Order: sequence, then structure tokens, then C-alpha cells
Amino acid sequence: MTALALVLAFAIGAVIIAVSNEVVLEAWGNFGNEPLRAVEASFEAVGEAYGALFEGALFDPGAASVTEFFAPISETAVAATPLIASGLAVTLAFRSGLFNIGGEGQAILGAAASAYVGFHFGLPPVIHLFAALLAATLAGAAWGFVPGYLKVRTGAHEVITTIMLNYVAGLLVVYLLTMKAFERVGRSAGISPLVAGNARLPELFGGGLRVNAGLILVLCLAWVVWWLLFRTTLGYGLRAVGQNRKAARSGGIDVGATVIGAMSISGALAGLAGACTMLGTDFALSSETAAGLGFAGISVALLGRATVKGTVAAGFLFGALQAGSIQMQAATGTSADLVTVIEALIVLTIAAPLLMARVFRLRAGDAGVSTTSGGWSA
Amino acid sequence: MMKLELRGITKRFGSVVANDGIDLLVEAGEVHCLLGENGAGKSTLMNLLYGMLSPDSGEILIDDRPVHLDSPASAMAAGIGMVHQHFTLVPPLTVAENIVLGDEHGGRLGWLDRARAKREVADLVERFGLEVPAASTIESLPVGIRQRVEILKALRRDARLLILDEPTAVLTPHEADRLFDVVRQLRADGRSIVFISHRLAEVRAISDRITVIRHGRVVGEADPVTTEVELASMMVGRTVDLAVEKPPLIEQAGTALDLEGVSLLGEGGEPRLADVNLTLRTGEILGVAGVQGNGQAELVDILLGAEHPTSGTIRLGGEEMQGCSRREMLAAEVGYVPEDRHAEGLIDGFSIAENLILDQYRAKRFSSAGRLRFDEIEGNADELMSKFDIRAPSRDTNCDTLSGGNAQKVVLARELSRELRLLVAVEPTRGLDIGSSAFVYKQIVDARSRGTAVVLVSSDLDEIFSLADRIVVLYRGRVTGTATPSTDRDQVGLMMAGAAA
Repeated sequence: MTALALVLAFAIGAVIIAVSNEVVLEAWGNFGNEPLRAVEASFEAVGEAYGALFEGALFDPGAASVTEFFAPISETAVAATPLIASGLAVTLAFRSGLFNIGGEGQAILGAAASAYVGFHFGLPPVIHLFAALLAATLAGAAWGFVPGYLKVRTGAHEVITTIMLNYVAGLLVVYLLTMKAFERVGRSAGISPLVAGNARLPELFGGGLRVNAGLILVLCLAWVVWWLLFRTTLGYGLRAVGQNRKAARSGGIDVGATVIGAMSISGALAGLAGACTMLGTDFALSSETAAGLGFAGISVALLGRATVKGTVAAGFLFGALQAGSIQMQAATGTSADLVTVIEALIVLTIAAPLLMARVFRLRAGDAGVSTTSGGWSA
Repeated sequence: MMKLELRGITKRFGSVVANDGIDLLVEAGEVHCLLGENGAGKSTLMNLLYGMLSPDSGEILIDDRPVHLDSPASAMAAGIGMVHQHFTLVPPLTVAENIVLGDEHGGRLGWLDRARAKREVADLVERFGLEVPAASTIESLPVGIRQRVEILKALRRDARLLILDEPTAVLTPHEADRLFDVVRQLRADGRSIVFISHRLAEVRAISDRITVIRHGRVVGEADPVTTEVELASMMVGRTVDLAVEKPPLIEQAGTALDLEGVSLLGEGGEPRLADVNLTLRTGEILGVAGVQGNGQAELVDILLGAEHPTSGTIRLGGEEMQGCSRREMLAAEVGYVPEDRHAEGLIDGFSIAENLILDQYRAKRFSSAGRLRFDEIEGNADELMSKFDIRAPSRDTNCDTLSGGNAQKVVLARELSRELRLLVAVEPTRGLDIGSSAFVYKQIVDARSRGTAVVLVSSDLDEIFSLADRIVVLYRGRVTGTATPSTDRDQVGLMMAGAAA
């Protein structure tokens, strides 16, 4: 099903490339005289765009140096790093029966907290980085704790409260940037000082390849999330509550505490996603920091069917698309926004398995209904 | 009037043959019982008849004409109505809204014509004598009434043949009797009824003809005069012994459970339990009889620590427990077999091994420093699966794929594998076949022999009378009478209806 969703998304993407390309449109306008030329032009345009996308995301065969050859895949990893962390946040919440739409706000605050620790303090290497990461973890966890607590105490649905808290977090950062503590010397308001070198995620290979230790961090996080869910009593409780609250309660599990815990951990992961952007590539806080990261995490978790492995794979895929889109725009003039369309199509087709079943004439039973329904409600 | 005939109906699911060349003839104005154990293929057959599944081969004839039923809508159009075991009502909507649902008359702008819906329901109620509160929401009504709403819904579509899938599984004896009256009335009205059940007594009481199904095949036809033993052996293919053998009570047993003046007020201040006094000795089974919704659920919640009594004391082995949480009650050795195992007893997405540790996964045996000990968890699963005869491909099998009997065995294995002072069992054999029921009975009696006190809540009087040492009857939150297995059943039935003992 997932493969079919990808094929469908790229097919529709191809049509969009073709119809938005002037050469192609002209050729189709001349369809009566040269019908083959129109088809040929369409394939050319699509081939070039997707070719550039591929080159921008994986390898550049025409590279002059080793660094240039690996630069695309490095960019893919850089883009994938925060996406994976953000996706893990949503996956962990899904597994606990919660729909955390608040990754956006949690990531923004995580980024802000890590930025502040990063530029305000002067700490030794390693320690400074860990302090910044810890600050992001706590900020995200706090922003996840609130909706968890509200759900347990008042019954407020986490979808509503997390959406609201996203606005609060976004506007809070805008407010912070007007404050003295976040002012960068010599710049008008709107951007914070740069994060100190000691607090930055070190590049793994150097030499212009931006891939950094954040990648290692999120891969470790993925393993930790898996281990937590499937190897610990805490994870057993999370999954039990996620699958069947009533039975979990009968079994003596404190459902309220579990819900609050799940939202806090999920928030912490999203906070770390924000920190990966801040300490890995951005280095300064602005109102644009981590924008869209939390929502992308939902897409990543959905595509990964709320499994840890799937989330990591989906994170790399979306990272590749993002990295490739820049090259595609530069080389062929196809708008980088096309990738957003393809991502949206993938999510739409995954989240609408019945539609997929109809399009591909599968039996409804074969469609991945279980992931979406199970993931959202269970 | 409608005559229904099935010829050579076969339905396969993968390699499983659910229905194998079934022939069935239901005459007009006949109550025809389909008798068979759970998993025998009764429900599949009825889903074929109601257009929810299509047969792989065979044909369905209505009044000697072959029909093609490919959806519930086409079945309804052909005059077939169905009352599912799990109701298909919308809980927040009213009775009237539910009855017209899917075939409602809209006014201008698509508004529902409520007045007309109410009128229609009033007409139906009058015509069939089935009393329902048209303006109440479904969620506020007891199961027996909900079922009546389902029946009315089918009758409104002019069902000439009504399929009742295990209709008494959720009913009290009293409600079941009312249902039988309704069934007889519908028959007198010329309608045909297909009545699915595995309860022998009621099958004999209500049916004109009985068809017995086993492993997807028709294994015999019978008259209502056939004895229960004969029907049972046709159904399971061997002669079964339904009697429960109980060793005598432990002499001079101490008090295990003591409830004194326990009351529980609902959110609106209405009494849900009123001044309940109960004493239970170790090694004794107390049967709690009563029409569903008379305080049984509240009593169970209080015993489990899920609810705290508004007043009164609960002593477990002499210790006061009324403020204890569910977890503390578990620690105090209280076991629980819930009414609905898939809703409350098991976590469907979990494997058998995982489900078997649900109430003990934090215990030292299964975890250390927050890490699950898989060697112990797996060893525990292997041990319990063989001890309780849980039949599944492996301990990693998901519990949602288990049959009713095996699922219940997982619950029992978990609850009975640790030391218990008190076992609270609610409808422990609901939906189970005879073989599994006998196994459950044996396990409960064995627990009793080990000195566990058992509170057995059941709407099945047969079950209460064959297992319990003493019986109490709950009516509107009060204990209205006590009895023993030698008490006349009719007298217990009267108490359940509210008559003083």
C-alpha cells in the first residue's frame, strides 16, 4: 500500500510538472501538427525534473570532487534529522492512543530553549551541547505535559489543546525576540544572537558536508523509543493504554499518569527535533525557526505507519524530497513547492486507504485501514 | 408470508470453510432455530442471508424464486430484517431517531421530520405492542429495550423474515421471556423468525423446528421435543456432561469478604447501590443474580476499587479496603474476569504472552529496574498455555484472533495463575460454547477448592444455580433476597422482578 501511495503521488506530481512547464504546454498547443512532440516534451520535462530531484537528494554523478558527490546525500541527512525526531514524537503518542498535533509548538519551544542556552552561556565543549539539548528536551516536555494534564484533569481533547498551544508557542517566540535577552548586537529585532560553537552539533565529516551529529542523535533516539515501547514496563503501559484504556485500567495501570507521561515524552522528542534544526543548521532563533516541522512529523509518522522503523524510513524519504527540491528548482526551474505537493499527496493517499483501494482495485481488507484507524483512535 | 430456502450454501475464508453446502428451509410463519457452538458458522450463514457477505456457491430462494442479496439494503428490500448480536444503534440519538435512521423522512432543507418520526414509532409500538420510550436516547436505556428498538427498526422496514442473532445473550431471564412473547406474537402475525442460539433450554422453548450446525455443516434437524442432552450431543458431537461437581465447602472457613452498609450515589445523587450487606467465606461462591442494570456493575466496580462507596465499609480478610485504588485491590489479591473480555479483559493488539502479564508486569518476576524480562514472560506464557489449554499457533499470537473460548482462557489463566483471596467473575461464560463453558466452570470450582472466595455475577440462572453456594438477588441497587441452589427458581425470578423474599 505504501509503495502504491508513493507511485501515485509521483505520478500526479509528474502531471503537475508537465502542465506547469511552458515548453510542454507549447508542444501540446501544437498537438495537431506534432502529436509525438507533445508527449516527448512531457516526458522530457518530467524526466529532467525528477532527475534533478534525484541528483539533489542522493548522488551527483557529474560531481567534480568526492565532497560534491556526497553533498546531496549529506543534505538529505540534514533535512531528515529533525523530521525523524518530530515523526518519532507523533509515533510515540500514536502508540499511546494520543494524537499529538502539538509537535509544532513543542519543536519551536525546544529550538528557542536550545538557542538561548546556546548563545547566552559560555560552557566547555560537549557540556554546552548537552545543556542546550537538555533545555530543548525540557521545554518540549513541558509543552507536551500541559495538554496531557488538561486531558486527564478536565477531559480537554489533546488535538484541540495542542493546536491552540502551537499558536501560543509561535507567538511566544515572536515576543521573546523583542526582548533584550534575545537581541543580536548590530541587528534590528527579529533574530537572536548566534549559538556558540561549543553548543553546535559537530559536523560528522567536515569539508563542506553539513551532515552533523544530530543524525546520530536521532538514530539513537529511534532506538531508544523502540526500546522504551517494547522492552520496558513504561512502554508496556503506554501501549496498553494506547490499545485499550479500559482493559489497561482493569489491569491496574494508572491511565491518567500514563497519558501525561506519553504526552511529555512525545513533547520532549519534538523539542529535540527543534534543537536539531537550531544546533545543526540554523544557529539563530527567528520567527521562522522550526516552522512546519511538527506538522511534517505527523506526515512522517503516518507514512511510517506509527512504527519506529517506518518513521525513520519516512523521515529519510521526506528529507530526500526536501533536499532534492532545491536542486530541482535550480536546475530545471520546477518549483520546489512541487515537493510539498508530493508530500501532501503521499499523506493523503496513506490516510485515505479506501481511496487507494478503489484506485488500485484492491479488496478493502488488503488496504492499510488498520494503521490510520488504529493509530488515531486506538 | 415468506418462505426461505437455502440450497448448498458454501462460504470460505481463505482455507477455512465457514459454511459447507448448507441446506435450510424456513417455512412461512415458523420460528426456526439455528443451534450450534460458537464458531460453528451460524453468524456467517446469517451474514450471507443479510447480504453482508456473498456465498462462494449455492443459492438463496425466497418464495421459491432465487434472489441475489449483495447488500443489507437488498436483503431489506427482499423483506429480511436482522437484529445483530452487537446492536447497530447510535447511542446519543433517541429511540425514534434510531428507528427511522437510514430511511428517515426529511422536511425542507433536509431537516429530520421529528414529529413524523415520533408518530411512526407510536404507530409501530401500538401495532406490535412493543413498548419503547420514543424520546429517550439509546445510551440511557437497558439492553433489553435497545434490542426491542432493533426489532422495531426491522419491523418498520416491513421485515417478513426476522433474523435474531443470539438475542438472549445480553438479556436477563425476565427480558428473555418478554422477547419470547414478542417472537410468538410476530409468528402469529405470519412472520418467519430465524433464531440463532446455543442455549439449549430456550431453543426448545421457542422453536418450531431446529437445525443443528457443526463445523459449518448441517448435522441434523430436530423437533423442540428433543431432549437437551440429545441436542447438546448433536451440537458438540459428543455426549457432554453439564453438571458441575463441587467438593463440600471448607468447614469453619474464615470470612473472606465483608460488605457492611455499602451505598453508592450516582452523579445526580440517585442511589445506585443502597445499604448492601454481604458476607463471603473463603472457598465459597456467591452468585449475584438480577436483571442487568440493577447495581451489579456498581457492585463489581466497588469490589475492584474502580469506584469508592459513598458510605459503608468493605473488609477483605478483615482489612478495610473502601478507599483502595484498583492497583491496591490487585495487590490485595483480587482477581477479575470481566463481562466483555475484548473490551476489558484483553488488549487485542497484544500477544498472548503480553496479555498474560497485564496485571503483573511491574512485579519482580516479570521486570527488573523497569525492563521487561522476556525469558520469564515467555516461560510464563508457555506454562499457562499448556496448563489452561489455550489453543493458538504460538504465544506471540495476537489476542484479537483468538476464538471466544481461547480468549476467555487467556483471561482466566492470567487471573487464576496468582494467589487470589477474591475472584470477581462477571458473565464468565457469555458467548462461549459448551466445551469452553465446562472448562470455565471447572476452573472457578478449582479456585474455590483452593480457598478463593468467588463473587459470580451472571444473568444466566442456570449458571448461578449450578455454581453458587449461596445466591443474592440485586434489585434497584438493593439486595432484595438471598437463596441457595435448592431454592425454587421461580422464587428467585420473582425476587429479580422486585418482589420481597
